[in-house]
Amino acid sequence: MHVERLEPSTDILKESERVMRICNACRYCEGLCAVFPAMERRRTFTGKDLKYLANLCHNCRGCYYACQYAPPHEFALNIPKTFAELRLETYREFTWPGFLAGLFQRNGFKVSLITVLSVALVVLLTFSLKGVSGVFSVYQGENAFYRVIPYLLIVIPVSALGLYILAALLAAAVRFWRETGGQLSELFDPIANGQAVWDALRLKYLDGGGYGCNYPDERFSMARRWYHHFMFYGFMLCLASTTVAAVYHHFLNWNAPYPFWSWPVVLGTVGGLALLLGTGGLFYLKRRMDTEPAAPTAFPMDVGLLVVLFLTSLTGLLLLVLRDTPAMGALLAVHLGLVVGFFITLPYGKFVHAVYRYAALVRNALEESGEEH
Amino acid sequence: MKSDHKETVDLTQTFDVLVIGGGNAALCAAMTAREAGASVLVLESAPRHFRGGNSRHTRNLRYLHESGNDFLTGPYPEDEFWDDLLRVTGGQTDEPLARLTIRESNDVGKWMEEHGCHFQPPLRGTLHLGRTNAHFLGGGKALMNAYYVTAHRLGVEVLYDAEVHDLKMNDGEFSSAGFRSNGDSRTVRAKTVVVASGGFQANLSWLKEYWGEAVDNFIIRGSPYDKGQVLRVLLDRGVKPVGDPRQCHAIALDARAPKFDAGIVSRLDSVSFGIMVNKHANRFYDEGEDFWPKRYAIWGRLVAHQPDQIAYSIIDSKSIDLFMPSVFPPIEADSIKDLAVKLELDPSALEETVTRFNQSIGPGTFDYSILDDCETVGLEIPKSHWARPLDTPPIYGYPLRPGITFTYYGVTVNERARVIMENNQPSPNIFAAGEIMSGNILGKGYLAGFGMTIGTVWGRIAGKEAAGYACGAA
Repeated sequence: MHVERLEPSTDILKESERVMRICNACRYCEGLCAVFPAMERRRTFTGKDLKYLANLCHNCRGCYYACQYAPPHEFALNIPKTFAELRLETYREFTWPGFLAGLFQRNGFKVSLITVLSVALVVLLTFSLKGVSGVFSVYQGENAFYRVIPYLLIVIPVSALGLYILAALLAAAVRFWRETGGQLSELFDPIANGQAVWDALRLKYLDGGGYGCNYPDERFSMARRWYHHFMFYGFMLCLASTTVAAVYHHFLNWNAPYPFWSWPVVLGTVGGLALLLGTGGLFYLKRRMDTEPAAPTAFPMDVGLLVVLFLTSLTGLLLLVLRDTPAMGALLAVHLGLVVGFFITLPYGKFVHAVYRYAALVRNALEESGEEH
Repeated sequence: MKSDHKETVDLTQTFDVLVIGGGNAALCAAMTAREAGASVLVLESAPRHFRGGNSRHTRNLRYLHESGNDFLTGPYPEDEFWDDLLRVTGGQTDEPLARLTIRESNDVGKWMEEHGCHFQPPLRGTLHLGRTNAHFLGGGKALMNAYYVTAHRLGVEVLYDAEVHDLKMNDGEFSSAGFRSNGDSRTVRAKTVVVASGGFQANLSWLKEYWGEAVDNFIIRGSPYDKGQVLRVLLDRGVKPVGDPRQCHAIALDARAPKFDAGIVSRLDSVSFGIMVNKHANRFYDEGEDFWPKRYAIWGRLVAHQPDQIAYSIIDSKSIDLFMPSVFPPIEADSIKDLAVKLELDPSALEETVTRFNQSIGPGTFDYSILDDCETVGLEIPKSHWARPLDTPPIYGYPLRPGITFTYYGVTVNERARVIMENNQPSPNIFAAGEIMSGNILGKGYLAGFGMTIGTVWGRIAGKEAAGYACGAA
């Protein structure tokens, strides 16, 4: 299927080129992150270079506050804002399938709408399946959840969505890689991937050269990095919980709900709490942030993902606490609805930054190693 | 943005120490005085966004150290430091004050880190300074941001947009300062004053007293807020001047740069790779005299003495990738003649200059990392190194003008940073630090990162002495 790609607007590419050209004659920021050393490997900046650099930028904002040419200086350099705007356009450009790129416009609204519709659909299905009294009954013991919503009705759609997400994200990564000028085989270079994983797991480039990023304001702080860690590792623990539960179900023939002191529940509980803390903390910081170095269009998209993750985690934890009460059925429906909404919107919202950022880190690792030789 | 400083300051009180200026020297003085127990007010003439004077444009500081550390690759002992200073100033320095500066800079990086400075190891472009100069992570503006945060935490009060225009003085003793703030005229009393308000590079009419109308063709690369009002007031009130008023740090920079405040990015490193010609398409100085970092600061003055204060660096495609990229793209042409047309030079004159230059180049092996043997033979203005014929299109040209970073003319001080009056007596309570007194130490020439050394060392001396006088006299 051939779909016309949405090239970033020439205005934002032009502005990015102007900013990088001035930065490359200054280079005072070269100790802050990976973007500036990558910039110094170039003398001129094509669209490919700029899309790569914009996605390598972790938005730590150190360069904005350190910049002698930041507005109101007449050069008016504002890398965090400029690159955030370019990143948004690359998300649209590399989206798979391309005809869904429009979801990145007014993204906060669209993500919310899709999520609300998903919840409504699952809730409606559940009520039509079980009736009002059936939903608000108490279910206990083995397979309690599946007596509200049958197992296959949960597993088949969610697994299908999961596979679709993997395919969409991989396609997006490949599009990014090709458009920024790489051989596909390089994307899978084991050494570069090792380095990129290590950089990503530590959020190395949110450390602003060792002292934290300038977020939410001018002062150096590790707060954002920590909250992001809570969110990321909380999310990973929830994935681990689901995986362990699937193993129990299919291979040990041990079906949910599991007791509190079991791996799926412990992992899910710790992960869920970390997710609450991480997303809540990031939201709190975002509300307090200096808006000068930010792209206004990015705000609703960022908040959209935080809210969906927060609610998914909150309903999951409530489900654990209230699973022996008549509220369980409705909560299960809402929680599953949120999961479905999260999954559907995942390749078309803020989440994709992880894909392009990671690919950019792989390219950065390749360039760094090429330079040493 | 949330303000981290109080908007209003109680001006009915008498401050222990008034600091005039908002750059490195001013903040070092303010923090030191406050730590000694003094109440301190800083009057910065720039708005908050442009605070920090020329320190905003700096990137490193040279200091004495007996051994290397995380940010410095090896020792930089006193004798070597002194020799470097003697060489660049040609002996135009006050040795006791210069030696004091060097000694007081000993391991000053530690003090800076305690006051919020973040250093980084030198990377790529500045490796030649890796042993002698410590680099600020993010550059001078980041350093100023850190110092303002620390000063605020210590309880230093700061007013921005506060331009001092008058000092009440009696027999060399200061009592109050008049300043304009948001259009209002206001007065503040203090027991002592530290003047750290920089030079006067942004005061074009003052520069014209020495340079005439040529100033209209100068570009002021430094802070536009260094107008020298307080320097002028001090000199008018009988403080003894120091230095040559014509001396300034002047580089040749891209003629397309903005009139003020372009800082580091306006410089061009192409000069030693080709030839420099004036508006008559004639060469006027040896472009390959020495390594570029040792020579870039003479070209501002050289261009200032050319007709209409303009010159053109001309290189060919062999050299285009050998120096730091420029903000403004080069003017490009397929031939010398076409380039002359684009640069509005006489095409035949430029062709003749290039032809003579190309024909006078002897055999040699080009190597930019050493003083190589590519030199011209028989030209009245030779090119001693890196002379290669301009013969491989495209040919590139950059227009260059004199770019003034800062001036040297200032006030005389003693070893306790007290300003000296015309009668050679020190003022009891007027102190000076930074660029405004750098002429005591730098009669001419420049050492990379040494302006920050002077500001830090003398800011600390002035802050300590002022606090000592104010609190002792209380």
